[in-house]
Amino acid sequence: MTSESRTLPADHYLKSGWDLKSWLLTTDHKRIGLMYLVSITLMFAIGSIYAGIVRWNLLVPNGSQMSAEAYNKAFTGHGVVMVFFFLIPSIPATLGNFLIPLMIGAKDLAFPRINLLSWYIYVIGAALTMYALLTGGLETGWTFYTPYSTVFAESNVAVAAVGIFIAGFSSILTGLNFIVTIHKMRAPGLTWFRLPLFVWAHYATAIIQILGTPVVAITILLVALERLFHFGFFDPNRGGDPILFQHLFWFYSHPAVYIMILPSMGVISEIVTCFSRKRIFGYSFIAMSSLAIAVIGFLVWAHHMFVTGLSVYSAMVFSALTYLVAVPSAIKTFNWTATLFRGSVQWDTPMIYVFCFIGLFLIGGLTGLFLGNLGTDVHLTDTYFVVAHFHYIMVGGAIMGYLGGLHFWWPKITGRKYVESWGKVSSLLVFVGFNLTFFPQFVLGYLGMPRRYWSYPEEFQILNVLSTAGATILGFGYLFPFSYLTHSVFRGEPAGDNPWGAKGLEWTTQSPPKTHNFDAVPVVDEEPYDYASPPKETVRV
Amino acid sequence: MNPAFPLVPVRASSVASEVDALFLFILTVTGIAAVGIWIALLYFAIRYRRRSDDERPAEIEGSLVLELTWTIIPFLLMIAMFVWGAKVFFHLNRPPDDAMTVSVVGKRWMWKLQHPTGQREVNQLHVPVGRAVKLVITSEDTIHSFYVPAFRIKKDAVPGRYNLAWFQATRTGTYHLFCAEYCGTEHSRMTGSIVVMEPEEYQVWLAGGPAPESPVLQGEKLFTDLNCITCHRMDDAGRGPVLRGVFGRSVKLASGEEITADAAYVRESILIPTAKVVAGYQPVMPTYQGQVNEEQILALIAYIESLRIPASAAAPARTPTSGAPSR
Repeated sequence: MTSESRTLPADHYLKSGWDLKSWLLTTDHKRIGLMYLVSITLMFAIGSIYAGIVRWNLLVPNGSQMSAEAYNKAFTGHGVVMVFFFLIPSIPATLGNFLIPLMIGAKDLAFPRINLLSWYIYVIGAALTMYALLTGGLETGWTFYTPYSTVFAESNVAVAAVGIFIAGFSSILTGLNFIVTIHKMRAPGLTWFRLPLFVWAHYATAIIQILGTPVVAITILLVALERLFHFGFFDPNRGGDPILFQHLFWFYSHPAVYIMILPSMGVISEIVTCFSRKRIFGYSFIAMSSLAIAVIGFLVWAHHMFVTGLSVYSAMVFSALTYLVAVPSAIKTFNWTATLFRGSVQWDTPMIYVFCFIGLFLIGGLTGLFLGNLGTDVHLTDTYFVVAHFHYIMVGGAIMGYLGGLHFWWPKITGRKYVESWGKVSSLLVFVGFNLTFFPQFVLGYLGMPRRYWSYPEEFQILNVLSTAGATILGFGYLFPFSYLTHSVFRGEPAGDNPWGAKGLEWTTQSPPKTHNFDAVPVVDEEPYDYASPPKETVRV
Repeated sequence: MNPAFPLVPVRASSVASEVDALFLFILTVTGIAAVGIWIALLYFAIRYRRRSDDERPAEIEGSLVLELTWTIIPFLLMIAMFVWGAKVFFHLNRPPDDAMTVSVVGKRWMWKLQHPTGQREVNQLHVPVGRAVKLVITSEDTIHSFYVPAFRIKKDAVPGRYNLAWFQATRTGTYHLFCAEYCGTEHSRMTGSIVVMEPEEYQVWLAGGPAPESPVLQGEKLFTDLNCITCHRMDDAGRGPVLRGVFGRSVKLASGEEITADAAYVRESILIPTAKVVAGYQPVMPTYQGQVNEEQILALIAYIESLRIPASAAAPARTPTSGAPSR
């Protein structure tokens, strides 16, 4: 790297103002991405505090740490905040927002003002939900199962439901923006099969956001209506059907899992190829498997309902489709691993997160085969096995990808480097803490400990104590990146335009990029991930 | 604190070993897959680590043969898992014909159970070892789930529905009963135990306490007390349909539809009589909502079921064989 790139460029998007107005009225996708980053980090911190309360309570079997009401509100708060206000927006709204225009050589998203609107909608939804959680709380679980939520719950169900309903529109608008942008704003020469896999993953995600989110929005609105005005949608005493709610809810909420994991898979594809310095193995298989997941993911929802009294034949159909949706994920995993073969593998922090992702997502995905299986699911569903399974997907998968991506593009976003050794230490802490937290929960579930239990039989205590110990380490693991990344924004060494020697249009512009991203419209004349040729120099005018 | 640190839950029912064998199969396959990929990942990451910054590895674009291999092999293994799982699931959902029926009503936050001979229990169920027990499960309020880990069975208790589960205990002892579907404040205290006894002990246990009435007799009494009998007479001169021989048969409705008169239909007709009126009758029946609880409805269903045409069901020992929707 030449020494001249060791200073930050004179003009970049952060310099267009630091006053509040320059942020709150911006339509720059990069600034909106950063505003999302701050917002979801705050929500992540709140969700983590709830998780801490839950783990603290479970240190002892008899529930003596707090009341059952407090515990039920804590696990509900954890689920609602983490799912709706952290995981769903996480990668798309931050990295996706920041990077998609850069990756396709555009100067912004197709609808910059709708992009800003989606952030405001998110904030309003989050504020309303937080208001519900902090004044009276919510004890329905994040799943809002009826008729409990509509008839029996004694908490702020309606307000929280409206908050989530509102936030849903933020997700829909982001998805819409991405689809139009990817269709219409690609740089000359950037054909569909030259698109970075990160963009493919977001395209698939956006399809789910647009098709799925309206369903959950309507469902959650029906919950609010039944609760406020006593309509008989789900309450059997008014002629409703409580199981109907579960069908509607999971019709979105299962694909929502893919909203969380697909962008993360996109991140992994980018990092694994850059840090192996080698073209990704099976590009089109990875790209198409994202679409396959988005489509088949809509057809598996009732695998959450095998013990509700669903007929055995429909259960068989949903089980078979569940196995089918596992195939594309397996294909991706094999291709990432094969990419390393005869590569030039660099063990930097982003790559370490990739190793964590593959290792943990593998466990998360494979344990899904126990739950998609009709014979074993009956015993395992609604136990800690499920809790462990989806945390391996959402934390071991989605969050590892998020952290990996944040570290990978941090020099692009801020123009500065973080301290590499700190990155390595914290990824190790996160990995160890995570496994210690959630692996014992697989055993707990197999032994039969139901989820959402404030107190539990004594024989489950050892495993619960291990899990809480792991959660403590994990908590510290999260504090580290927060501190050193924040530190790097002010004190970090200037990173240069392309510190990793990466391919992709976002690395051909300066770091941090200018407000309009590129001085000239880039023309793409090479295949994706063409690591055989050295990276292009930044075009400076 | 219990010093035991088990890794496998107790197996105490006939299906438990089937479920565990399947679990072990999936664990083996997925375990081999996971370890294989971890080893490959680590081996490649170390073997091909970057040694100098100028390295430009040769391009490998992909391989159709490999892609097909790692699509088809996992797919075939998954089909095997699916088929095996479906087989176990069928077994879990098909109670043997000679099973004794225990009715289960979930209510925040307790389990109310009734034996075929009429004995009632709360949060505890005594059963004989070696005898198939069919559970007819419903709820009085929100959704619960009847879960006995040692038996590897779980079934939701859904208000307004009658779900079926069954087990055959294979060893005596006391096993956890949990509520596995979140139902509010005391969800984690909605627990109890299943006490599996030798058949002789079970008989002694049954004989203890006051002699109860069987659900059929209770239902018959209710049928009179609630004046059902005024309209649903045994001859066809009443204002309501004759109930003899109706249960389990197909009924023509005023709307022209045909439905099977199962437990759910009987329950709905008691609570919302106008919902599905039988062809040829007026919607004159008043609702009994609020006048009968779930257990009384179960007794009424048991009685109506006992009126099936081969009158053998009237014998008290052969109390209701099914309180659940026929499938």
